[in-house]
Amino acid sequence: MLNYTIRRLFFTIPTLLFISFVIFLILDMAPNDPTGNLPMTIPPEVRENIRKSLGLDAPMYVRYLLWCNQFFINEPLNLLYEWFDWCIGDCENRTRVRSWSTRSPVVDLIVERMPQTLWVVGMSYVVGILIALPIGVISAYKQYSWFDQIGTFISMIGFSVPTFFTGVLLIVIFSVWIDQDSWFWLPSIYDTTLVVDSWGNFWLQVRQMIMPVMVLALYNAAQLSRFMRASMLDNLSQDYVRTARAKGLKEKTVLLVHVLRNSMIPVVTVIALSVPQVFGGAIITEQIFRVNGLGQLLIIGIQGADIPLVQTLTFIFAVLIVLFNLVADILYGLLDPRIRYD
Amino acid sequence: MNMKHILAGALGATLVAGSAVYAGSHEAQQGRDGNVNIIYWQAVSILNPFLSGGTKDIDASNLIIEPLARYDEEGNMIAWLATEIPTVANGGVAEDLTSITWNITPGIKWSDGTDFTSADVVFTAEYCMNPDGGCQQLTSFSDVESVVAVDDLTVTVTFTKPKPFPYGPFVGGTSPIIQKAQFENCVGAEAPNCTEQNFNPIGTGPFMVDEFRANDVVTMVANPNYRDPSKPAFASLTFKGGGDAASAGRAVLETGEFDYAWNLQIDPGVLADMAAAGNGTVISSYGTAVERMMVNMTNPSADLGDLRSTLEGGPHPFLQFAEVRRALSVAIDRNLLAEVGYGKAGTATCNVVPAPAIYASTANDECLVQNIDLANQILDDAGWEMGSDGVRVKDGVRLSILYQTSTNAVRQDTQALVKQWWSEIGVETELKNIDAAVFFGGDQSSPDTFQKFFADIEMYTNLFDGTDPEAYMNSWTCAEIPNPANNWLGSNMPRYCNPAYDALATELSTTAAIEDRARIVREMNDMLMSEGAMIPLVHRGRVSAHANSLQGVILNTWDSEMWNAADWTRSE
Amino acid sequence: MTDTAAQEQNVQSKNRSLWGDVWVQFRSHKGAMLGMVVFGIILFGVTAGPYLWTIDPQYLDIRDKNQGISWKHPLGTDQLGRDLLAQLIHGGRVSVAVGLAAMLLSLVLGTFIGVLAGYFKRIDGPLMRLTDLFLALPILPLLLVIIMLFRDTLRNAFGPETGIFLLIVFIIGMTSWMQTARIVRGDVLALKEREFILAANSIGTPARRVILRHILPNIMSPIMVSATLGVATAIITESALSFLGLGFPSDFPTWGRLLFDGTTFIQQSPSRVIWPGLAISLTVLSVNFIGDGLRDALDPRIRGR
Repeated sequence: MLNYTIRRLFFTIPTLLFISFVIFLILDMAPNDPTGNLPMTIPPEVRENIRKSLGLDAPMYVRYLLWCNQFFINEPLNLLYEWFDWCIGDCENRTRVRSWSTRSPVVDLIVERMPQTLWVVGMSYVVGILIALPIGVISAYKQYSWFDQIGTFISMIGFSVPTFFTGVLLIVIFSVWIDQDSWFWLPSIYDTTLVVDSWGNFWLQVRQMIMPVMVLALYNAAQLSRFMRASMLDNLSQDYVRTARAKGLKEKTVLLVHVLRNSMIPVVTVIALSVPQVFGGAIITEQIFRVNGLGQLLIIGIQGADIPLVQTLTFIFAVLIVLFNLVADILYGLLDPRIRYD
Repeated sequence: MNMKHILAGALGATLVAGSAVYAGSHEAQQGRDGNVNIIYWQAVSILNPFLSGGTKDIDASNLIIEPLARYDEEGNMIAWLATEIPTVANGGVAEDLTSITWNITPGIKWSDGTDFTSADVVFTAEYCMNPDGGCQQLTSFSDVESVVAVDDLTVTVTFTKPKPFPYGPFVGGTSPIIQKAQFENCVGAEAPNCTEQNFNPIGTGPFMVDEFRANDVVTMVANPNYRDPSKPAFASLTFKGGGDAASAGRAVLETGEFDYAWNLQIDPGVLADMAAAGNGTVISSYGTAVERMMVNMTNPSADLGDLRSTLEGGPHPFLQFAEVRRALSVAIDRNLLAEVGYGKAGTATCNVVPAPAIYASTANDECLVQNIDLANQILDDAGWEMGSDGVRVKDGVRLSILYQTSTNAVRQDTQALVKQWWSEIGVETELKNIDAAVFFGGDQSSPDTFQKFFADIEMYTNLFDGTDPEAYMNSWTCAEIPNPANNWLGSNMPRYCNPAYDALATELSTTAAIEDRARIVREMNDMLMSEGAMIPLVHRGRVSAHANSLQGVILNTWDSEMWNAADWTRSE
Repeated sequence: MTDTAAQEQNVQSKNRSLWGDVWVQFRSHKGAMLGMVVFGIILFGVTAGPYLWTIDPQYLDIRDKNQGISWKHPLGTDQLGRDLLAQLIHGGRVSVAVGLAAMLLSLVLGTFIGVLAGYFKRIDGPLMRLTDLFLALPILPLLLVIIMLFRDTLRNAFGPETGIFLLIVFIIGMTSWMQTARIVRGDVLALKEREFILAANSIGTPARRVILRHILPNIMSPIMVSATLGVATAIITESALSFLGLGFPSDFPTWGRLLFDGTTFIQQSPSRVIWPGLAISLTVLSVNFIGDGLRDALDPRIRGR
């Protein structure tokens, strides 16, 4: 397994380089333009001048190599300098990957937005998983019971009603209809500057997180619980379950040790696919509640054709996808020792 | 009208500095009203308006940095950091119109406590005019030859040619003054690398940056060195961005979490219902923006290859005929479009220059009333026969239109309504909507840009900054036609080319007297309208909303919406 | 003993086949039958509906805008006075067609790649790196590129509606198969080490037969779940596409679009979100139950019970 992991990690590097090139190619070909959202009063000549100042007149491969140099060499060196004060080369005037719309280093923007994204999107996955696993297990164990039917109904509604609708619905109910002095009132706009330094502020933080977290958690839980249920059902009818029961194992042990472990493979896959999504943010939900995390940063970047920003964000995302799929593969081996890759 | 006063010198002796105009009670303390919350549905990216032309960036930066003169809510110019508006009459503008001299109000300080001097003004011009800086407000400095400091409080701007309207540099929210000491090392190619400066500019305005989070939220505090010690009334200000217009409106009008919401382009009925909750007030005001259709005078057929939508490709198969263009125009019920799509923020118009009043023509008002019968009559008379499928044909040419615009709920509603009216006069319409970043983006490789105009009709809004329409009127001269040779850079979308129009444009550039300028502009407007190069639809205003407890808000479409934030107060 | 004999005789007289058994089992699944009925009603509504309810969904009657329930407009009208029932019927045609077609494409693609990667060790690496690549692609810019390259070509070749339909199905299919592929591969990896597969291999069964007879039936559950979720995703994604100017023209109703447009009016006329939301949910629910029934019917262990 160790051999396999090392081999995979080694193979990851050319894969990621190739992915980064494909992403850059797509971003370069996309027909949106950084001057597209400027007011109409800015004349074409000035727009052309702006494009030049962004370096858009250089050929595509030059811009790609420039990004590679900035991202793979300058940014890590800068991190070393800022975190450990190790200076290699010209530390003060290093060209970093800069966003076109804010003219600031993209990495700094990402770091600034990590907290709210991890809080809201990360929490929503945690809540989603915590809801989905028990629902999936019980639904499968008591297939076609009223619990299963209601669970199916709610999770299907949860998945087929998009977040752009549930978000607005919750705002109308909890921010508009309910009186502001009420205990149940929740803020519709997320305050990213809130510092949790007291119980009062912690309470505020919890309140402003409830709606976005619930909207996302409902959506995630719906999907996960379906896979959990289906996989459990498959395993419940296997011979080894009958054997385990025949041996006189407690029902709880049969269910939660034997069946659950064997049913986790699809669930692990879905979770491994979701973890990078946490960092990718949740574009629609972040927009509705103005959480302004990584998802909102990405969508603003795309709308404004901010190539360095979108390229960097998407690439980090790609790294996470590749890594977590590797993690999933390793977990398969742990869950089912018969799976061997060597 | 306003210009007339200024240029003719009829406008009193002086207009005192803006702060003095609104001088409040001196007992009042700065920062007495706590915090004010502003929400924009586009988030602020940067606080340097020279590096970002976005309205949200300009508005936010105008709380911090200020120009020498501004426009008030009626479009009148008022001195802001200058002592008065220079005119020919008061000697501020040279007789030959090639230079203008500004006098700075003494005693103005930057928020760091240093003096505001002419050196800062000169530096601002150098900063923007640097060819490597990619300055987005370069239009303000067009035709400027030099900017020279005469003494600490006097600056002279010299132009390369006589400027009948010399109020480009340092006037209005798009041309504020930045501090030389702060930006000295950020000129030219270095400009984008000064993140610290671009995020925290030092200014003379009522507020200064406390914390800046790009594309998210800006928190500001009152400037302790502001010229009026009783202002601003708010100790701090939160400028939140992101989301969509409907939820921004909801946050002010229904939930009351915010005090001011910008540009609420939402369904008028929905907005009215939100306002009925009683937390806030919807305000609107008109500038020069007109939603219009551009008519393609050239042939956009894909068969033409590289000659698509160019003069060389030949005229449009049916839009070349004036009667078809006129019929299309009179078949539209503009009042309904304004009511359905814009509510308080829209009125029907038949002119491409609807304001200021002195420039607005009344010669084209035929189209204000929808007349389907007349449209049918016009087409019948011209020999367009109704076919069996309900589409008119003449000489094998079907009246079938591809009608494109950017993606926007109101525009799609307008498209649907127009499609129906045109079907009533035997014109078939296919609707197409394109992502705004692509449509307005001007990417050379994309076929969907508004410059390439590979469609028969396209619709969008255009406007001019400030009150002088000269540059705007130049948009429709022959030289401005986009084509492959100029990389499709040009603003004459209809590909309208008329020597008589070009002659008027030349005349306008050398005429100084305001009445004559107005007459020429009206004539140009009428020429465009009578020939049907454009079909204007709605004169669009701006709609914003503020909480009832927020006092002193005056919506200004001629300048930044935040222009008088120093005067805002809270009342319970 | 006699019972078994009688049963066997009975079986022979009925001439049972595998698919006959499947059908018998499927019919006994109440949820599946209910799903079939609901789905049948939806299909009937969207195909025959336009002949029964003849109002043109694009016809504007501005005097009747934002109407509630009435005889003239049973579900009310939108902000331009378009009949909501007519829009729902016409929108359903596209939404159901796009939902099913895109789901099938993504399912076939995902299952194919997943099975190949799971079963054949040699191509596992390349196929999974391809999956990683597709997962990492920035969807919105990719869509803009696809529009630019293919929209006009397809529009000229197949006409505005069919061309765009094909493009949308292709795009949704191409951008949503990865999860299915990863899940199927994970299951196949575990499955192929099981005794019955080893047994099949040891008697020399060719790979194709092992996959079709032994692997595929055993991974039906996750595939069915993916199918259900895929329908919902496709219907919603379609509406997102039209905002980029990629989808159907703006006056062409689809369920996703109706729901999105209605969200603005959620307080004024809640029915504008309830009906399209209900239509999408019912379609997804019925597909889910049909999938459940199909899975049970195809599982010989359950069928035998």
